[in-house]
Amino acid sequence: MESLEQIRDRLLARFPGASVTLVINPGAAAEHSLLLGAAHAVEMARFLRDDPALQLDYCSNATGLDWPDKEIVETKKLSVADPAGGPAKIVEEKTKRFEPGYLEAVYHLYSMALRHGPVIIRLRTGNRTDQVTLPSFTPIWRSCDFQEREIFDLFGIVFAGHPDLRRILMWDEFKDHPMRKDYVDPDDYEWEPTPHDRVLERAKAHYPVPPPAPAAPVSPTPEAKP
Amino acid sequence: MSTPATPSPASAPQPFPAAGNLSDAEREELRRHGILLTSLEELYNWGRSNSIWPLQFGLACCAIEMIAAATARFDIARFGAEIFRPSPRQADLMIVSGTVTKKMAPQVVRLWNQMPEPKYCIAMGACAISGGPFKQGYNVLKGIDRFIPVDIYIPGCPPRPEALLNGLIQLQAQIKGERLTGPGAARHVRSDVTSEFPVPEYGEHDLSPPKNPAVWQPAPSLVRPTKV
Repeated sequence: MESLEQIRDRLLARFPGASVTLVINPGAAAEHSLLLGAAHAVEMARFLRDDPALQLDYCSNATGLDWPDKEIVETKKLSVADPAGGPAKIVEEKTKRFEPGYLEAVYHLYSMALRHGPVIIRLRTGNRTDQVTLPSFTPIWRSCDFQEREIFDLFGIVFAGHPDLRRILMWDEFKDHPMRKDYVDPDDYEWEPTPHDRVLERAKAHYPVPPPAPAAPVSPTPEAKP
Repeated sequence: MSTPATPSPASAPQPFPAAGNLSDAEREELRRHGILLTSLEELYNWGRSNSIWPLQFGLACCAIEMIAAATARFDIARFGAEIFRPSPRQADLMIVSGTVTKKMAPQVVRLWNQMPEPKYCIAMGACAISGGPFKQGYNVLKGIDRFIPVDIYIPGCPPRPEALLNGLIQLQAQIKGERLTGPGAARHVRSDVTSEFPVPEYGEHDLSPPKNPAVWQPAPSLVRPTKV
C-alpha cells in the first residue's frame, strides 16, 4: 500500500484547493493519520474508496475525540546582558498561548478487496460549541451509520448528510454529550459505601458531615454497650 | 381460620392455627401415623412457593447465569421455577439479572407494574443491587431497589447458578412464612399497600425522579466525623 505521504500528495493533486494534513502520532503505536478539510471531505472519501490502487471499501471503526480549550505556557530563555558589565543573565520569558478546543471524528479504513489497511482519516470541527457540523461518511461507507450516531450522541458532532441522525445510546430527551471532557454527570451519590477521592467529594454534598466526635472518655474500662 | 392475636414476624415459627396448640413436632408425629393436618394458608403457600414462574428477560451477563440455572446441570425445575414466562401477566417473579441502565429502568418498572400480585423481585448480581462496577457511570441506575421493592438480593459478579438457586430457596422460605390474614399479612392480600410504582420519566440529564423515596432511602452516613 502507498504511504500516507503518497496518498496525501495524490489527494492534493486530485483535489486542488482541498486541505490534507498528515498528523503524526508520536507514540509507540505510530498510527499516523490524514486530517481532511471538511469542505472536500466527501469527495476525497469517495476517491479513497473508488481509487483502484487503494479501494478502501470498508470503514471498520468511526470514533470521536474531544480536545478541550487549553492554555499552553511556552518558556523561552533569553540571555540579557548586564548593564553593569557582569556576566549575561538568563531570563525566562513565559508566554501564554490559548489554543481553542475542537472535536474530531476518526475513521479507520481498510480494503477488503486488496487486503490492506488501515488508513486513518480524521475530520475536525471549528470549535466545540456552534461550529460542530461535519460531513457524514454514511453515504460512502454504510458501516458509519450507527457509529456516527454514537459520535453525535456522545460527543455532539452533527453529521450533515446522515440519513437518520438520532441519539442511539442515550434517550432522545437527554441534553448533554457524556463523552465530552467537561461533562458533569448527574449527582446521584446519595449512598456510597466506600467513598474516596472524587466520589467522596460528591458524596459529602449529600452527607452533611457530622460534628466532630466528642473526646474519648477518660475512664479506662469500656462502658457496657446497650 | 383463626387470627393470631399478636402479629409476629413471618419468619418465626408459627403455632398451627387450625390445630389448636399442636407444635410442629407433634404434627410431624401425627403425619407419620398417616394423619395429615394442615391449613388453607399452609397449603396455599406450599403450592405457590413450588411453582414460581419467573419473567423471561435478561439485562446483561447475569442473564447468562440465569439461563445456565435452567439447564440440565443446575435444573431450576427441581424447585418448580422452570417456566419462564414471556408475558408479565403470567409471571410471579422478576429476576433483575444484570445492569439496569437509566434508559432501561422505566421499562423494568413498567414490567413490574404489569405483573399481577403476588409477585416477587430478585436483584441478581452486583449491578442490579447497586450498579456494581458501573456504579459511577452516568448512565447506570445505582440499584433497581431505587424504584421497586426487592425481596432477595443475590451478590456476585455474576452469581453462579447455585447462588441463584439459593436465592430462590430463600424466596420459597419467605413465601411459606407469609400470612394471609391479620396485621402481618402478605402484600398481595392487603388493600392498603400498592403494588404499582411510579414509572420514572426521561429527564434532560437524569431520570425524573431519580429514585422513589417511598421505596428507597439512603443508608445513614458513612462519612466519618472529622477528627479534631
